[in-house]
Amino acid sequence: MMSAKKIFAKAYIWLLLIVLYSPIVFIAVCSFTEAKSLGNWTGFSLNLYKSLFTGGMQNSNALLSAVYNTLLIALIASIVATILGTIAAIGIFNLKGRKKQAIQFLNNIPMINPDIITGVSLFLLFVFLHISQGYLTVILAHITFCTPYVVLNVLPKLSQMNPNVYEAALDLGATPFQALRKVMIPALRPGMISGFILSFTMSLDDFAVTFFTRGTIGLDTLSTFIYTDARKGGLTPELRPLMTIIFLIILAVLLFINIRSSKNTQESK
Amino acid sequence: MSKRSSWALPYFIFLVLFVVMPLVLIVVYSFQDASGHFTFSNITKFFTDKDSLSTFALSIEVAIENTALCILIGYPAAYILADKSLNRSAVTVVLFIMPMWVNALMRTLATAELFNMAGITLGKGTLLFGMCYDYLPFMIYPIYNVLNKMDKSYAEAAEDLGAKPFEVFTKVTFPLSMPGVASGILMVFMPTVSTFAISEFLTNNKIKLFGTIIQENINNSMWNYGAALSLIMLIIIAITTVLQGKDNSEAAAGGAI
Repeated sequence: MMSAKKIFAKAYIWLLLIVLYSPIVFIAVCSFTEAKSLGNWTGFSLNLYKSLFTGGMQNSNALLSAVYNTLLIALIASIVATILGTIAAIGIFNLKGRKKQAIQFLNNIPMINPDIITGVSLFLLFVFLHISQGYLTVILAHITFCTPYVVLNVLPKLSQMNPNVYEAALDLGATPFQALRKVMIPALRPGMISGFILSFTMSLDDFAVTFFTRGTIGLDTLSTFIYTDARKGGLTPELRPLMTIIFLIILAVLLFINIRSSKNTQESK
Repeated sequence: MSKRSSWALPYFIFLVLFVVMPLVLIVVYSFQDASGHFTFSNITKFFTDKDSLSTFALSIEVAIENTALCILIGYPAAYILADKSLNRSAVTVVLFIMPMWVNALMRTLATAELFNMAGITLGKGTLLFGMCYDYLPFMIYPIYNVLNKMDKSYAEAAEDLGAKPFEVFTKVTFPLSMPGVASGILMVFMPTVSTFAISEFLTNNKIKLFGTIIQENINNSMWNYGAALSLIMLIIIAITTVLQGKDNSEAAAGGAI
């Protein structure tokens, strides 16, 4: 039998979840009607899904290229951040004293800074250096705010690692590169993966930093597209089915990962 | 082993170029006029302009209220999620984080539209609700992380020594969970002060927060004043970080999912 405390706890959690998910459910429901503005219901229809995939809408190219840009930027930025951050973490782990503290302090700055400060400060940098803004500057900016999270996720794996294993590999005739590939990387992999996932997520969701570093060449990611669209008045209706599909993909991936990992932990018990 | 310390060098150069230099440039631009001459006028402009000052005060007020609201609502949620006798499924935790993967601007627009449909006028009330909605997961997650890793034997010891459940909470569990609360505050407070799109959508542009005036100045090519406003925000960040004492970034970064 459930105690009153447990019933109350469950009710609280579910109430919060209902509030948290209501806007998402609202978007999903509204994706099944044709009405131009969000919130109007003009009968069930799958036309928005059709025009999303067949490109029947007015600015379909703009929306699809925004989706493409978002994914491309997130992928490049998080791959570079993972490599840069892992190498940096190995270096930082082997540093001592003042130098170590200094670089860890610098590493914390992008995580503490709000997006707008990161965005404005990088904007000023690119203006100052006369670098024309576009893909390159957005990707550099994303690497800047992603890498610290990779460093923080890889560092604990380094301290868990037995340092003698790497030395042993060298003693047994492995080249430093072989020792790195066969000994270091496998030990660091979990940290690298969670750093990569975190980077990818933050890059996908970023708005402010992209907004300030994208320049005036008309480069849009999903966030800046939505912002401009909403400021013009009225969202492109096809955003509703797009968001619904994105949400379902995320839901499926996360549930899959969690069910698998909880099975693994049960088996290992 | 010591040779490998040089591996930190590329990242160090990267940090100097893309973190230190941009921040230095904020300071430099703050003390320059449009033609590049040294001036204090950007700083004095802020302190003499009633609009900027009231926007600033309002932003701080909204941020404090939002942070308080997030702790008030988020702490019990984190506590329940971390308590094995109340919640055994890791999926529930994931459910709380998942909305963050859906574009925040899109969610905010939908929230504003729901308010419209319910006949609630957009204003400070809807701003606070919407902000809390957006930032709640950032408060819940670090607190949950700390509570989850907490050594349960402390609470058991307090119980064995005769503490009532309420005392166990106020004297043991809550103080031990402070690092999580602190990093939650860090992740909610400053982002609330600096947000611009979210506040614009949630109030239909009726209420401007500090982030909006920075954005307007930068986008209208008033870089120097925009930089000066950013500098003021940087000073606030420095103060809040120092007040926090040692960094709590570990609680926030521990484990992506």
